[in-house]
Amino acid sequence: MTADMEKLLGPRVPADELKAHRTRYLIPTLIFAAAAILIVISMFLPYWSLTLHAPQYPQGLKVVAYVNQLQGDVAEIDGLNHYIGMRRLEEAAQFEMQVSIFAITGIALLILAAIFVHNWWAALLALPGLLLPFFFLADLQFWLANFGQNLDPTAPLSSSVKPFVPPALGVGKIAQFRTEAYPEIGLWLAFVASALILIGLYFHRRAYKPLVDAQKQAAKAVERA
Amino acid sequence: MKKFLTIALVIALVAIGIVACGGEEKTPTPAPVSVEGGLPASAMEIAAARGLTPDDIAAALKTYTPSGKVDEYLLFMSGGHSGNVIVAGIPSMRILKNIAVFTPESWQGYGFGSRESEQILDAGNVNGVKIRMGDTHHPALSETNGDYDGEYLFINDKTHARVAVVDLRDFETKQIVKDPLLISAHGSTFVTPNTEYVVQASQYNTPLGWEYAPISEYKEKYRGTITFWKFDRSKGRILPEESFAVEIPPYWQDLCDAGKLASDGWAFCNSFNSELYTGGVAQGNPPFEAGVSQRDMDYLHIVNWKRAEEVIKAGKYETLKGMKVIRIPTAAAEGVLYLAPEPKSPHGVDVSPDGKYIVVAGKLDPHVTVYSIDKIKQAIADKKWTTDDYGIPVLDFDAVMHAQVELGLGPLHTQFDDQGYAYTSLFLDSAIARWKLGGDDPSAYALVEKTPVQYNVGHIAAAEGDTVSPDGKYLVALNKWAVDRFAPVGPLLPQNIQLLDISSGQMKVIYDMPMGIGEPHYAQIIKTDKIKAWDVYPEVGWDPIAQAPSKYATKAGEERVVRNGNQVEIFMTSIRSRLTPDHIEIKKGDHVIWHITNIETAKDATHGFQLGGYNISLSIEPGETTTFEFEAVNDGVFAFYCTEFCSALHLEMMGYMFVQP
Repeated sequence: MTADMEKLLGPRVPADELKAHRTRYLIPTLIFAAAAILIVISMFLPYWSLTLHAPQYPQGLKVVAYVNQLQGDVAEIDGLNHYIGMRRLEEAAQFEMQVSIFAITGIALLILAAIFVHNWWAALLALPGLLLPFFFLADLQFWLANFGQNLDPTAPLSSSVKPFVPPALGVGKIAQFRTEAYPEIGLWLAFVASALILIGLYFHRRAYKPLVDAQKQAAKAVERA
Repeated sequence: MKKFLTIALVIALVAIGIVACGGEEKTPTPAPVSVEGGLPASAMEIAAARGLTPDDIAAALKTYTPSGKVDEYLLFMSGGHSGNVIVAGIPSMRILKNIAVFTPESWQGYGFGSRESEQILDAGNVNGVKIRMGDTHHPALSETNGDYDGEYLFINDKTHARVAVVDLRDFETKQIVKDPLLISAHGSTFVTPNTEYVVQASQYNTPLGWEYAPISEYKEKYRGTITFWKFDRSKGRILPEESFAVEIPPYWQDLCDAGKLASDGWAFCNSFNSELYTGGVAQGNPPFEAGVSQRDMDYLHIVNWKRAEEVIKAGKYETLKGMKVIRIPTAAAEGVLYLAPEPKSPHGVDVSPDGKYIVVAGKLDPHVTVYSIDKIKQAIADKKWTTDDYGIPVLDFDAVMHAQVELGLGPLHTQFDDQGYAYTSLFLDSAIARWKLGGDDPSAYALVEKTPVQYNVGHIAAAEGDTVSPDGKYLVALNKWAVDRFAPVGPLLPQNIQLLDISSGQMKVIYDMPMGIGEPHYAQIIKTDKIKAWDVYPEVGWDPIAQAPSKYATKAGEERVVRNGNQVEIFMTSIRSRLTPDHIEIKKGDHVIWHITNIETAKDATHGFQLGGYNISLSIEPGETTTFEFEAVNDGVFAFYCTEFCSALHLEMMGYMFVQP
């Protein structure tokens, strides 16, 4: 490996050092790999759900959000929403849903890349993965607010249901409906991946920091000489 | 390290917090009573204040079904001359549905314009005469291996010798077939163990196929048939072209039953005018009621339908008005038809759950007479018979009769339970008799007990009580007279449908259900969980007749009005709370074809539709596409609207039809 590449990707582990402390270098590799795998799996699982409860819907109405689609009683909820002048759910987060599969695949690849980067750039590569669940929730809250705030003023119930901001998590109330919004398994996996990345970064630092320091020392020594 | 662990801990806490917020707030449900704790004092106060006996309290507790709880069994009753089928729950006896079959019914949009229902009803028209009523008698649930499978229900119309098919996925009538040979038919419907055929027997005999012959030629020209309607389960339709009939003498046939297990392949029908009496009061003859009741014995008709299939296959039949008919001489010669003497003008013939015994209820004889299928087969093999005037073998009574039990006056109809008991209604005694089926030993057949019912009981129905595996538990008495049982509602009284607990010891009446919308003759009771009914139609834009997507299905946004000369075709959708389009512009004299698709997918989101002035009433269930047609004979402005209160904006769900002069 050339010196330039080492400068960019951080120091390589000497063969005898790797032999002596195999686990030290294996731990961050495995943790990052696990985080990437969890994130990939999460794309196929629901991230979030909203359940509407009302007397005439004893089973409730549930809409389930994946990173790229909405499932569940979307048609029925859209039908009800027209009374208060809310737009159709499919109009929300269209861009995010279109790019989500590519973007999240990219995020997972960046985490994998961090395995091979042994300096502080690794933290930067892992950062999108770390922030993914928080970004999901923030974007969700944005769209909920956007929908709740922009009701058609000519809708039949516009006088009794005023613009509102539904909570992204927890319990809310809209007309006769009690709403319950919760993370689903996909989002939990993303949170676990987030935690794994943090832990992985700790072990990554513990493993490679001495090598980076040694490299810097050596560089200084060369300069001094 | 410490810093990272702290951050990880914070994330975990946030996660736990989110989960904790998710705990559903549920109102606590009151605990059921316990035997040790007994009933609360308030319950005893209510019972005392209402003057209830301990039996009353037990009956109330057995039948009361708390709000939100579903009945264990469904009771399918014929509606008699209302021409429909009534569905109720057991043990609550709450009416759940009134299925329109032969008679138009506006709430279901049946026979008030919808093309589908009009086509079904028109298929039952008789020789060009529009028929819009019927007399339903004996419902038959489809069977697999002799047990109800919950897929279809058949029901007859006695008046016109018709049979209808109801699909139990949506509880709607799909087909009416008219027997081309008979004017009327009572002994119908009974299904063979795998619903290969629906059995139907004539009653008041006439010349076959709408011919004329004077009553003086009764013996020579008047005939009946036992018709075997072929059922195609995959299509959900009776196939008249694959059905056949066995010609029989004009003995006035009554009820039938199909054999099962040991007697699979056989069918049995009673008769009550072996006298061949023809009436004629004006000529000084006794009335029919006396004339047909002279002989002590009539004839049990025994048909080997598997043999009849072979005879048909061999081409030994005639085709009359499109129906394949095995004539009497062929039926007699080919081992298709036998007779056996039976006392006296009996009503019901019912096959025991194991198929080994055939129980004939005497009506004018106080006994039930039990025949053994083994003895019948033996007598046939031994040719122990004489012949009647038509050349049909009449099996020796002593050779085929297995046992007789004296039950009381007017035994009519028999059902079975899972404990080896049979139950027979006693019309004149107004009672139900429970008696022991003795198996091979004729002396072991014995009356066990009788319990009164109110009053004049006709048929009875026990839980799955005419299948290969009866459930016992409940028995329903279909009483003809109510007399003093209900509050006065004028001279036409409701029928009294009584529920009996037969689960143990003494049989007890535990509920009186007034039936004010029909006269149930026979009923069947099926376990509720065997019915796999749809909540909504499987796809939006569904044709319930084809049970497939409709070619007239209209999606939201694709509503349109297409004019072609003076024919106007409308493609409309309905959803809470609008009909689209809401302005329909036509001209007087136009021929209007109007399709409506209910694009709802929510359970119970049915929309009705009525168009005043044109006699149009529809019920469009979620997903259904329906069509009606009319000539715009009157000009003016007409309002149409949703008739089913569908939402808070139901009253706003309307539109105008403008008919220009």
